[in-house]
Amino acid sequence: MENKQTALGHIGFSIFAWIVGLLIFFPIFWMVLTSFKTELEAVSIPPSFMSFDWTLENYAEVQARSDYFRFAMNSVILSVGSTLVGLLFAVPCAWAMAFNPTKRTKDALLWMLSTKMMPPVGVLVPIYLVFRDWGLLDTRFGLIMVLFLMNLPIMVWMLYTYFKEIPSDILEAARMDGATLPKEIIFVLLPMAVPGIASTMLLNIILAWNEAFWTLNLTTADAAPLTAFIASYSSPEGLFWAKLSAASTMAVAPILIIGWFSQKQLVRGLTFGAVK
Amino acid sequence: MGAIRLEKVKKTFGTLDVIPGVDLDINDGEFVVFVGPSGCGKSTLLRLIAGLEDVTDGKILINGTDVANEAPAKRGLSMVFQSYALYPHMTVYNNIAFGLKMAGESKAVIDEKVQNAAKILNLTDYLERRPGALSGGQRQRVAIGRAIVRNPAAFLFDEPLSNLDAALRVNMRLEITGLHQELKTTMIYVTHDQVEAMTMADKIVVLQAGRVEQVGKPMELYNNPANKFVAGFIGSPKMNFLGGDYARKYDCHEVGIRPEHVAVSTESGDLPATVKIAEHLGAETYLHVNADGFGPMTVRATGEVPLGEHDKIWLTPERDRIHRFDANGIALGKL
Repeated sequence: MENKQTALGHIGFSIFAWIVGLLIFFPIFWMVLTSFKTELEAVSIPPSFMSFDWTLENYAEVQARSDYFRFAMNSVILSVGSTLVGLLFAVPCAWAMAFNPTKRTKDALLWMLSTKMMPPVGVLVPIYLVFRDWGLLDTRFGLIMVLFLMNLPIMVWMLYTYFKEIPSDILEAARMDGATLPKEIIFVLLPMAVPGIASTMLLNIILAWNEAFWTLNLTTADAAPLTAFIASYSSPEGLFWAKLSAASTMAVAPILIIGWFSQKQLVRGLTFGAVK
Repeated sequence: MGAIRLEKVKKTFGTLDVIPGVDLDINDGEFVVFVGPSGCGKSTLLRLIAGLEDVTDGKILINGTDVANEAPAKRGLSMVFQSYALYPHMTVYNNIAFGLKMAGESKAVIDEKVQNAAKILNLTDYLERRPGALSGGQRQRVAIGRAIVRNPAAFLFDEPLSNLDAALRVNMRLEITGLHQELKTTMIYVTHDQVEAMTMADKIVVLQAGRVEQVGKPMELYNNPANKFVAGFIGSPKMNFLGGDYARKYDCHEVGIRPEHVAVSTESGDLPATVKIAEHLGAETYLHVNADGFGPMTVRATGEVPLGEHDKIWLTPERDRIHRFDANGIALGKL
């Protein structure tokens, strides 16, 4: 009797999960579908599901109108760059908090996270002025700095929870073995934390890739990533749904593919420490 | 060479005096065991010597040089941790070689030393494995191998056997003792297990609440405990303590009688008692009895004793084996 009930419960949950999954997936599916329609079919009502003339002309036109690869390259540089710079700061920071905690460590961590609760628009003006005065507007360097600072709290937090799981005995053993602090971190801590660092990097690359507020406000052409590429299609001359969809599909495709192949790693990273 | 001397070593965590001030001499080549109940500060004291904790005050002299403010690696000591603390991402070979690599030894020297240590510890066939693929005993051997290749002034062991099962523990105990006889290097060994302390040590340091209660050879502590705490801690099963009239007969506040120093008779004796539980081990029998007027006592009788629950017996302590204590628990000497 009890077994039957749990089985039913499992089926119920599965159905629920599928519905939620499909709801989340549908907009992306619809976007990809629309990108293969003509502009006319894209806005037709009732919308056509599969029975339309598949076309690649949107993609051709998008590539002809703006250089996709230049934007994509900027996205890669910004997301990977800000993540690497972030690691450089987040690893020592998380090390200190995990292995040499003080009474205020928890407070510091919470404070760092609380900065993420502030709407970015609140600091737009000062940051814009700083960027203007220092000549950082529309530079990759400037954007890397902003993105890295925006994501640093999350990186520190994630690495901290990872490092917490590593027994301090092992680091002490390295110290007894004569490892200096940099060697202790490079040869012992980092190799053990590879899964955690990998998922931290992945998450941050995704966050930086999708970041649209700063990239749109602080760039015009030279440093503009794919977010700006998409935005350029919602223009005053009218909405071109099919081309916008094609541009969006091209923009999210790389990160979607990375995410798909690394989902195991990512999920493990996000739930690490939750269950022991 | 590894003579270690602690002078008024003190450690406080916040306002808590974990080690209020310890003086201790450890001679070169000695096997010293720190023993005491959990929380007595024995591990902290070891970590202070290792340099993994900073001393609040006092000196730690290794071969005459004060190293209290030196980094752990500069002290020339090796440590074996309770959790083994092997590097999980390295092979056994690299685990053992890590310290040598950090010291900048040449490849040839490293290889020779690692192979040599592996031979001593029977690890030659496992050098390419990772710690995850080893049994508990093998991991412990790797941890020891990592310690010996560095040719330290002294080995520090922090409860190294407590993660092993009983049979393996006895084996490893013998191996470590054998290793000490072979290497003749100073060893400091922390344990809460008084059997390990008694069987391995040249010198036992009994600690309680960060204080040294007594230092001495195992049999000295067994035969002449300085106070009630040491008397109760050393020896298994624990010493029985009797007060009241029985103690007054011996002109003291309390007497201590070890379970093995009590004669059992079914006919006559000093103290009438009733058996509650009899544990028959074959070679010996532990009788947990209720002595009339004194409460629970433990008696250890050799061989098989045909006694069981509710049996009435008589106990007679060996007079010259009775320990006497004053009201503060300080030993008064035997009769």
